[in-house]
Amino acid sequence: MTTVRVAGVGLTPFGVQPERTARDLFAEAGLAAIADSGVDRDDIEALLYGNFMGELAEHQGHQGPLMAEAVGLDVPATRFEAACASSGVALRQAVKNIRNGEADVLLVGGAERMNNLGTAGATEALAIAADDLYEVRAGMTFPGAYALMARAYFDEFGGTREDLAAIAVKNHDNALPNEYAQFRKTITVEQALSAPMIASPLGLFDACPITDGASAAVLVSEDYAKRHDIEATVAVTGTGQGGDKMALQDRGDLATSPAADKAAKQAYEDAGIGPKDVDVAEVHDCFTIAEVLAIESLGFFERGEGITAARDGKTTRSGSLPVNLSGGLKAKGHPVGATGTAQLVEMTKLLRGDHARSDAIPGASVGVCHNAGGTVGSAVVHVLEVVA
Amino acid sequence: MTENVRDAGYDDLLDAIEAGEGFYLRCANGHGSLPPRRACPHCGTQALEQEPLPESGEIETYTVVHVATPEFAEDTPYVTAVVNFGPVRLTGQVRGIDPEDVSTGLVVGVGVEQTATMGERLLIFRPR
Repeated sequence: MTTVRVAGVGLTPFGVQPERTARDLFAEAGLAAIADSGVDRDDIEALLYGNFMGELAEHQGHQGPLMAEAVGLDVPATRFEAACASSGVALRQAVKNIRNGEADVLLVGGAERMNNLGTAGATEALAIAADDLYEVRAGMTFPGAYALMARAYFDEFGGTREDLAAIAVKNHDNALPNEYAQFRKTITVEQALSAPMIASPLGLFDACPITDGASAAVLVSEDYAKRHDIEATVAVTGTGQGGDKMALQDRGDLATSPAADKAAKQAYEDAGIGPKDVDVAEVHDCFTIAEVLAIESLGFFERGEGITAARDGKTTRSGSLPVNLSGGLKAKGHPVGATGTAQLVEMTKLLRGDHARSDAIPGASVGVCHNAGGTVGSAVVHVLEVVA
Repeated sequence: MTENVRDAGYDDLLDAIEAGEGFYLRCANGHGSLPPRRACPHCGTQALEQEPLPESGEIETYTVVHVATPEFAEDTPYVTAVVNFGPVRLTGQVRGIDPEDVSTGLVVGVGVEQTATMGERLLIFRPR
């Protein structure tokens, strides 16, 4: 089985850019990834592309071929949809296709246009990642769904809004030098606590923003990299995916994310590592409580201990395990279909040493990316390692 | 939502709850689930029987929603809760109590009422 290497990565700026179509966003990220890779564009064999709300945002289904065309490629192209884990599952499929010998060079990525819908429209579009009959018709929103999990977590393990605020403060601070991030502004715990309530106990600063953006990466086989003298020092060495019941009411427990537990276990076994080997992580912090669930599922903290990790400095830049050095979804932004591969882009740069926050982790060689769909009814985890 | 077309199973359950005859589905292995189902989501068993829904449940978790989708814009602020009825949990809105007074463990009964914004049917819970 060949090792899958990350030859090149590309991002658009993340932010409010409602006038830009998804095809324009993806063209920018895809072309940047191809340019960064040094790969002959004629060698790219397929596009695996993630998008969630294209039908609602742009009246556009069947986006695969459209996006291949946007980057000037005449290749088979398929769209993957798993809510906010859409490009994470596209990435996992790309890794598997290269490993099994079906392909040597693949373009993987995702895009999402959201701000043209307005806040109410984007809230409605995001809500369809929940169970329509039993959740959406009861008025469930995504902040509301994570609020239900946050309260369940507080009841089971303890924790306060101050603990959650520390996560937001950390991720905003991390995003400061990230030129692609939506928010490059520090916030304080006091500001977070006094912000308007969205769905109690989650306030405005517990939530990621509505973001337009795209991300992409060129993955190559070990053989291809050697034959073509492609410099690709970072490899995807582990992949895992887990699933859970769609609706919160059908889950065994509301204060944990079993789908991510399964994805993490599978990815660690695949890579032959464990949580203690990990130097740095990018996790799916669409809401502050989501980061808590993620770092517990990834095995970095025991159940009930993730809530204080940011407050105690364990996951800050100078901590034992920096989490979301990019700013995370919270501050970098969350163009949902683009987020999975955006994490891959950020982690690749962190490990290559050309990220604005690489200085925080000198000598780091193992990173983990955790991408969740819906209320973690889907979860994808990838292990990245420096293999130079 | 599709206009003028019933969602078999789901609308049947709402009708039944409105008539005071709420039910859930019990599989041969004792797992509870909600319609429409052809297989138990917990074990895959296809032998499912209707059983009476317990009269009351306890609020397991809840949130006061201030920012809603357009379909619920005039309903805000409202309380969305997940209520444990034993064999199954139901998600709905809590009415008949000040949102500030809702707490986990509160005992509620289930009913069907309309949303303020669209007049659509939804599951609601009221303290018992």
